[in-house]
Amino acid sequence: MELFLQQVFNGIMFGSTYAIVALGLTLVMGILNIPNFAHGHLYMLGGYLLYYFGVTMGLGYWFGLIFSVICLGLVGVLMERFIYRPLNNQPHINAFIAAIGALLFLEALALVVWGPQGLRVPNPHPQIVHFLGMTIGIQRLLVIMGAVALIMALHLFMKKTIMGTTIEAVAQNREGAMLTGINVNRVSAMTFAISAATAAVAASLISPIFMLSPAMGAILGMKAFVIVILGGMGSIPGAILGGYILGLIEALGGGYISAAYKDVFAFGALILILSIKPTGLFGKREV
Amino acid sequence: MFTKPVHTRLLYAAILIAALALPWYVPDAYIFQIVTMSLIFAIAVSAMNLIIGFTGQASLAHGAFFGIGAYGVAIMTKAGISFWLALPAAALIAAFIGFFVGLPSLRTRGSYFAIVTLCFGVILWIVAGNWIELTGGHNGIFGIPRPSPIPVPVVGPIEFFTQTPLYYLALAALLLTIFVLRRLVFSVFGLSLMAVRNNEPLADAVGINPFATKLISFVIANFIAGLAGGMYAAIIGAVSPSAAGYMMTFNFLIYLILGGMATLSGPVVGAFAIPIIMEFMQFLGDFRMLIFGALLVFVIIYFPQGFVGGLRQLNQKVAAWRQQ
Repeated sequence: MELFLQQVFNGIMFGSTYAIVALGLTLVMGILNIPNFAHGHLYMLGGYLLYYFGVTMGLGYWFGLIFSVICLGLVGVLMERFIYRPLNNQPHINAFIAAIGALLFLEALALVVWGPQGLRVPNPHPQIVHFLGMTIGIQRLLVIMGAVALIMALHLFMKKTIMGTTIEAVAQNREGAMLTGINVNRVSAMTFAISAATAAVAASLISPIFMLSPAMGAILGMKAFVIVILGGMGSIPGAILGGYILGLIEALGGGYISAAYKDVFAFGALILILSIKPTGLFGKREV
Repeated sequence: MFTKPVHTRLLYAAILIAALALPWYVPDAYIFQIVTMSLIFAIAVSAMNLIIGFTGQASLAHGAFFGIGAYGVAIMTKAGISFWLALPAAALIAAFIGFFVGLPSLRTRGSYFAIVTLCFGVILWIVAGNWIELTGGHNGIFGIPRPSPIPVPVVGPIEFFTQTPLYYLALAALLLTIFVLRRLVFSVFGLSLMAVRNNEPLADAVGINPFATKLISFVIANFIAGLAGGMYAAIIGAVSPSAAGYMMTFNFLIYLILGGMATLSGPVVGAFAIPIIMEFMQFLGDFRMLIFGALLVFVIIYFPQGFVGGLRQLNQKVAAWRQQ
């Protein structure tokens, strides 16, 4: 029972990370129709930026987090402007290939600047709480709380502010949004900034728990893709729910079946579901 | 389209002679090994070009099928089966698995297909790293025997203990691949591939079965990828999960895009030029991938046809300027 609860707790923690990363990806994929395959690598860069500002510059964890979010938001804007906007009218697959170029670039950048060895961000909250037989680190709890707070904030932003509603308008009908005078390019840039910033939040929250490495973005980015496709392109509730479900499946599957093959579950589920329903569980018809 | 002008033919003949005479003017064993590897990669990238360039389906499982061929040959030759039997068997296994992967995944389109195939590639990579009894885990398989000698009546047996015969073996395989792909691409089937790529509903309307067309192309591409992987295993003498990993696929993709998609010579140019450029840029270390990542983005935005396509455009412009 205690093992089960512990695995569930870990699953929710991983799920929180997956949910935030998938949320950022679903915004870009659903709204701009851009398969930003480099999203996982933005997440990786977010972790390294936290390291740079928080540890190398010595600003401490929380200021490091804020600077990492701001910087990565800017990186997102640059990426939209210089990689994806020129590819707007080309076949879809070209944007995907450009994304692979971008991810190779980002991974090499991390490798060149910070080296291949893992880096550790010191844990700002190393305290541990015992509850129902579970061992709960405060930082892990913070990941879960932070994810909930971020999701709430994003929801309020999308529903209550004009900026948020313009994003939704572009998602529903690009031409219609243009006709009502919405600057679609600006909305694209903003969506990318938000998407990248959420990835930075996810990375900053979890990096005191795990090591940073240049390769950490690749698998996570793929998982985010799996979640977005299964949860439905552009569906925010789908991404959140999918993230938590995947986290739980992995934690329980990894704990009870096989730790080495835990990644296989997620990718296997994707192949299975797409082979039955080629446009994803809640997908739009043609993408 | 079908016949090349004389100067192009002369260029091809010169390249062929240069390739045949290569062992005499490249004395450095290390460079020679890189060139031999480039031949193998050129075979794999040409096959990737069939499914991505000509059929328009971005299969990112190509490295995985290359790996299936490599592991197939490694496991079978270690079990005592002759290389000449193991190679086609491994390629057939790759094609067979490709058929069963293509059956569900080709129902998806565009980036969905890319992601499904990539997921398959990652699963295979994880399995290769963890199924220790079969694949040797992360260490891989060492000491794969070289191809056994071929008995030739008059000359005596051709043996494969040195680099030179292995080079000619790879060269022969590449020439055969290009020949087969050329016949394929310029056949009615090749035209239907391009029809599916350019406009799937229209191709469907004129009586082409898009699904079957894509599936056949996928299976052929994977067969050739398996063949290339099998030769890779026999020439290198060892395989590890990285031979089946997604980085392999991404490398192939770089060779293909920079060389030129949907041209027969593009993949060969890419697979040769880029590993050799990478070697000369050895002093840059990790900066190389920084450059190639940025280059991939730049080329796909401004020259989606790659080096060979760009050269063609230039050629046409020169021809138009001459006519004026």
